[in-house]
Amino acid sequence: MTSATLRLPAQVGHLTEAVAFVEQWVDHAELAADKKFCVTLAMEEAFINICHYAYPDQDGTVQLLCSLEKDFFIVELSDAGPPFDVLSIDSPDLEAGLMERKVGGLGIHFIRTLSDEVSYQRLAGHNILRMQFARSPGVASCNPNK
Amino acid sequence: MQIQISKEGRVNFISLTGKLDAVTAADFERQAITLTGPDPCFLFIYFSQLDYISSAGLRVLLVMAKRVQSKGGQLHFTNVTGTVMKVFEISGFGAIFRMWNSVPEALAAIG
Repeated sequence: MTSATLRLPAQVGHLTEAVAFVEQWVDHAELAADKKFCVTLAMEEAFINICHYAYPDQDGTVQLLCSLEKDFFIVELSDAGPPFDVLSIDSPDLEAGLMERKVGGLGIHFIRTLSDEVSYQRLAGHNILRMQFARSPGVASCNPNK
Repeated sequence: MQIQISKEGRVNFISLTGKLDAVTAADFERQAITLTGPDPCFLFIYFSQLDYISSAGLRVLLVMAKRVQSKGGQLHFTNVTGTVMKVFEISGFGAIFRMWNSVPEALAAIG
């Protein structure tokens, strides 16, 4: 099987299921050990953003897609909320001192830095965030300086 | 995630085991806040058994650090390793927290 989807309620309590789904795929995807956490963490941040922001007035769902391509493992998250490009948000000031430091925006920073490629599109009334993680160790790795 | 709290002398120790994510962060915040009372406190968090942290966890640590500092206390982290350390580095949090390789080092630092 090279891809699968899972639809979950967009609620924080369903994060554990989302992680279990993605982690099964991570085991097949032949990612370097130090890249595996990048997938889980980037996915958590994207999933939680949808839970907090996509459906302000009602319940909604998140669709997770995992797929294996020759060179990449892909995780896509879609929601049916109002148009919102999560990648348009700036990262927080990573050099602020303790008392000035804010956490807002950190999730998006992780999504950008932990994935090898990331893109957003709006399609058929859905926000779709696509994160790609390079397979085979040595080709690319989670780069904290990106 | 398991949270163990103990007190030795003037230091409150919190030991974290497992994952600090959006699901476990709320409970951690509730428990940890009880240790940041109105008086200055020394709070050590032991990370050796924590194998995952997300921005939800970092948020709680930041809230705790600001509270402790604003009341004249100190928050120290010890034994941060592996992927948790990488997350600290990527987020810039390594630079704003007091971090030590071991509890004895942290105790020596507070004198």
